[in-house]
Amino acid sequence: MTKEKLIELQETALRVREHIIKMSGNGGCFIGASLSCADLILYLYKEFLNVSPQNLKDPNRDYFFLSKGHDVPALYGTYVELGWLEESRLKNHLKTNDTIYWHPNRNIPGVEFHSGSLGHNLSVACGVAYDCKLKNQTNKIVVVVGDGELNEGSMWEALLVASAYKLDNLLIVVDRNQFQANMQTEDLIPLHPLDKKFEAFGCAASIVNGHNFTELENALASFPFKKEKVSVLIAETVRGKGLPSIERRADRWFANFKDEEVAQLLKELHGEHKATLTSEIIIAR
Amino acid sequence: MTYEELLYDLILKDERYFVLTSENRAAIRNLPAKIQKNFLDTGITEQTQIGIAAGLALRGRIPITHALATFLTMRAFEFIRTDVGIANLPVKIVGAVPGFLSDGNGPTHQAIEDVSLMRGIPNMNVFCPADDDDMLRCLPKVFASSSPFYIRYNNTKPLVEHSDFEIGKAETFGDGTDIAILVYGFLFGEAFKAKKLLEEQGKSVRLINVRTPKPIDEEAVLKAVRECKQIVTLEDHFITGGLYSIVSELLLKNRVTANVLPIALKTWFKPALLNDVLEFEGFTAKKIYKAISSKL
Repeated sequence: MTKEKLIELQETALRVREHIIKMSGNGGCFIGASLSCADLILYLYKEFLNVSPQNLKDPNRDYFFLSKGHDVPALYGTYVELGWLEESRLKNHLKTNDTIYWHPNRNIPGVEFHSGSLGHNLSVACGVAYDCKLKNQTNKIVVVVGDGELNEGSMWEALLVASAYKLDNLLIVVDRNQFQANMQTEDLIPLHPLDKKFEAFGCAASIVNGHNFTELENALASFPFKKEKVSVLIAETVRGKGLPSIERRADRWFANFKDEEVAQLLKELHGEHKATLTSEIIIAR
Repeated sequence: MTYEELLYDLILKDERYFVLTSENRAAIRNLPAKIQKNFLDTGITEQTQIGIAAGLALRGRIPITHALATFLTMRAFEFIRTDVGIANLPVKIVGAVPGFLSDGNGPTHQAIEDVSLMRGIPNMNVFCPADDDDMLRCLPKVFASSSPFYIRYNNTKPLVEHSDFEIGKAETFGDGTDIAILVYGFLFGEAFKAKKLLEEQGKSVRLINVRTPKPIDEEAVLKAVRECKQIVTLEDHFITGGLYSIVSELLLKNRVTANVLPIALKTWFKPALLNDVLEFEGFTAKKIYKAISSKL
């Protein structure tokens, strides 16, 4: 990756994070989970996938599914940076005059499918991938899933089917931020060793730093990781990435910050002093 | 023509039709070999089957999914509601051995809340054919509909030749005014025989094959209520949420009342061979006739 490209991605990712932080007031959002996958979503749309609101009718375009729907601020923040969504609409978050709420929906151009209930979009993506295979198309189908989401049996059920039908046009990206709701994954239902689990289900798995664009580029350059196998990219990420005051915190999955906290967090994002967070901690589970 | 021949013909004419199953091939035994590019068996995975069907529908396909009615409507309920219902995708959900047709399997296999569950999903429609002739006659329009549809698969031998079909229109036999029997699905045959028994006793009877409990034919129901002294709802389904509920809702909405005798299930039925189930549970033509006669 060229230095210019890297800097551009890093600067854009910073702006995506600004959008996420701005959505964490006035009702709040799943800020921790959104910040962990912001780099992934941005990289996939900007560098890996051929999809935009302009080519949705083209059957040869790529497909992107956000299965862990609660990190929709990262998705919409990315759409703003790609020019697909007007920034002013983010101010309509949780307002009845728009359709921007805590989970994605297809009224927002670019959203392939709604999500929110965990464990759904992998099988939907399998349907798309299977149809593309039948039509001898070479497009890519990507699903971003959460690590907590892997508790759902439907994920492993869909994996069995995807492997049986050799869906090597399918890429699963795991946002491995080590948390589910307000618990660490390994403290509740341990997932380790995750790559071995996917491999046992017939997939080809690879582990990268999910915040390192060069690593993402190198790993995705070899997609599909193995012929006739579903590719799984386990992206090791940090919940709350970019905001040291909420990073890796079980209690900052969902937050509803006051205006002054939002202002402080925006400064913190840019390396200024740490925010003083006084708003109530929300335990959502 | 058989069910699978109908599917085969549809696919030859329109490659958007796509047949899926969760390892339940009873109705489509000979199909996979002939339509390899329009067929997928997902194994015993009802949730994944429905998710995949939603994905196929996003690609412009018209997926026709298959599994036992209980597992499809209940194991995969949230997938049907969330992936098919919210997105209003034209996925067709074909439930095998619904109601009494699961005969000796036991309560795990008794789909007797399926109509209730499916009709509760916005956008979803429900088609319950009376027999094989009714099913094959109506299915082309059901499959061609842009709406999601739940279909209570029923290939039992017909007692009558059915008439043409419009979605949301019931099929009425006779214009009797003493009794109107409203029925959907497999019990149509018993109702047809019960109608004859009542007529032999000098009663005038109309029999309404509801066909689509959703959308219900309001006009046919209201006409029956206006013209007939006794209304009977007959269904191999729990009494909650099925035809009795549908008729009740409809009457209340129209601010009318009626003498309605519900013949339905209050709990799971005794597993046995089909005819013995009907006898034991009181759903043979003779027992239906007796239940109705006692109300007159």
